[in-house]
Amino acid sequence: MTDYKIHVLICGGTGCKSADSDELKKSLKQWIDEVGLEDDVQVVLTGCFGFCEKGPIVKVLPDNTFYVSVTPSDAEEIVKEHLLKGRVVQRLLYRDPNTHQQISDSKGMDFYKKQMRIALRNCGFINPENIQEYISRDGYMALGKCLTELTPEDTIQEIKDSGLRGRGGGGFPTGLKWEITRKSEADQKYVVCNADEGDPGAFMDRSILEGDPHSVIEAMSICGYCIGASKGLVYIRAEYPLAIERLKIALDQAREYGLLGEDILGTGFDFDIDIRLGAGAFVCGEETALIHSMEGKRGEPTFKPPFPSVSGFLGKPTNVNNVETFANIPVIINKGASWFNKIGTENSKGTKVFALAGKINNVGLIEVPMGTTLREVIYDIGGGIKDGKEFKSVQTGGPSGGCLTKNFLDTPIDYDNLLKAGSMMGSGGMIVMDEDDCMVAIARFYLEFILEESCGKCSPCRIGNKRLFEILDKITSGKGEEKDIERLILLSNVIKDTSLCGLGQTSPNPVLSTILNFRDEYLAHVNEKKCPSGQCKSLLKYEIIEDLCTGCTLCFRNCPVGAITGERRQPHYIDQSLCIKCGVCYEKCKFNAIKLT
Amino acid sequence: MTKIKTLDDLRRIKNEVQSKIKLRENSSSPEHLVQVKIGMATCGIASGARETMKYFIDELELQAIDAVVTQTGCMGFCYAEPTVEVTLPGKDPVVFGFVGKDKAREIIDVYIKRGELVDGIIPLSFKTIHD
Repeated sequence: MTDYKIHVLICGGTGCKSADSDELKKSLKQWIDEVGLEDDVQVVLTGCFGFCEKGPIVKVLPDNTFYVSVTPSDAEEIVKEHLLKGRVVQRLLYRDPNTHQQISDSKGMDFYKKQMRIALRNCGFINPENIQEYISRDGYMALGKCLTELTPEDTIQEIKDSGLRGRGGGGFPTGLKWEITRKSEADQKYVVCNADEGDPGAFMDRSILEGDPHSVIEAMSICGYCIGASKGLVYIRAEYPLAIERLKIALDQAREYGLLGEDILGTGFDFDIDIRLGAGAFVCGEETALIHSMEGKRGEPTFKPPFPSVSGFLGKPTNVNNVETFANIPVIINKGASWFNKIGTENSKGTKVFALAGKINNVGLIEVPMGTTLREVIYDIGGGIKDGKEFKSVQTGGPSGGCLTKNFLDTPIDYDNLLKAGSMMGSGGMIVMDEDDCMVAIARFYLEFILEESCGKCSPCRIGNKRLFEILDKITSGKGEEKDIERLILLSNVIKDTSLCGLGQTSPNPVLSTILNFRDEYLAHVNEKKCPSGQCKSLLKYEIIEDLCTGCTLCFRNCPVGAITGERRQPHYIDQSLCIKCGVCYEKCKFNAIKLT
Repeated sequence: MTKIKTLDDLRRIKNEVQSKIKLRENSSSPEHLVQVKIGMATCGIASGARETMKYFIDELELQAIDAVVTQTGCMGFCYAEPTVEVTLPGKDPVVFGFVGKDKAREIIDVYIKRGELVDGIIPLSFKTIHD
């Protein structure tokens, strides 16, 4: 066993690689050989540290020294000073932007640990199919504490004091919801977990159920104790087979251990949970539609009030919370409301899980305290934009949310700030877009999704969204006029004001927010009939550059509609009225003589 | 399994499990246990985590290395699936990304057997309530 005394970790993430980290590794190795340290020092390439702005990053173990913006020419100094003589190279250390102090130990840097995992505390740590591992990490202790030390009122007060708000979209205060359901009188009440995660690109709830199903079971039991329910239901889409399987295993284990069932922990409290499978309709994430679907009826929403907390599943008071909301509950009980409400911003407490997707380097699942800025999420944790492209927009809140521009990069993320910026928290999908994405096409994409998913019960949503889609389609195919933009805004507002449920009330958001933030792109589409990012195929124009065309006739022979004319060895010409924009000429030309405009 | 009937029962089980894990971690025998955790959420499995897990189980057994291979949920590094966390006795856990068969072989031969790090480590960038 070779016993290296020192390990030098070099970031090999995309960002650092493009800043020459390969060259740096080579040159570090050269200098290490040169001074004869090759048996003591090992150089290793790592994945992204998530601090790409200051890349390439070099970390030296065991002393945890963290060097930033290291170039190949710094290798000599690091090797001779640090590795050989044990003196830290001061000038390469990270400087705290606020205190201007140099920090050498990465553990002292706040950027390095921007993520705080509460809901994801056990995801990726424990074996989700082994209840003992959950128990070893304080599992079911919160339930025990509630049943033996706290009254339901105390517990609800604790949740209210924590400031926890619903993580599924709207952000309704969880403690308040529990209190209302508790106060509704009935012989039977229900706790429902909404695991109908439907936003494109979002997978937070799935990951929690797959990685830590017991935290949801425990929290649902606590909720049952608080509101006076003995029955829980998890509504989950059938297209999450692994989450369902793990949840079933977890339920069986909890029953086997007596943590579900009758007389839990000898306190006389009875509670059990069933699974209800959904067919994956977006509208069933809306709580009244979800309840109808569980009752075996069509997944259509009904008017609120009455709210489910008064009359829900089978007409009984029903408390519906989202998976991530539940996952926070045991921690709040164990650590106390005063611990939890110190995290986050004034009106948004705790953390939020986001699913990073789109044109971002580190696609994945992250959890940050509320109030973290978009810039920190995208650049420090997400590793920045793919291929070094320019950031254009980030879509939050799924089809009910909106697109934020770079002006919002430094806005702290919380429920209120996102609403003010014309988007919403939603369930936590974050789709990052770069300079190549067309915002009109994005709005059209979301509308297409809404068209598929609208249940059709109310006309504003069923017909209005269809009209919105048609106008957007007209604009992206080059037949739009400037008046269409005003039509979009007017119709959007009508749909928002008159739709029955949350789906229709928020469905025009992607349209409104893209018009608000990217009106110039809409104008380019309708006035100049141009798509600035080159995404809208029918607005593209293929042209032959005369100077580069050799007259080889290759394009002429391949054009399927005969739109290209020209003599042999003479520049050719494309008749735009005939061209169908198939792009064959562009692909076939060997002289790069065809341009896209 | 006898049922947990009181909160004290629950506490006792928690302590038992924790001490079992501690014993595993602090074991001072020369053939102490290596722990391998495979990220087996949908994202991991879609990228081949099942094959990776099977390979670890088969290969570690074949080479008679004293190891526990377990599954876990999503570690959050979906861009680098399959992800594998290896804990050598007495050392901090190390997470590796993009662990296909070849990488798994390298991890076993170089890191588990010789204690040398291999390329592809994913630096952990979060804290949990247990830290």
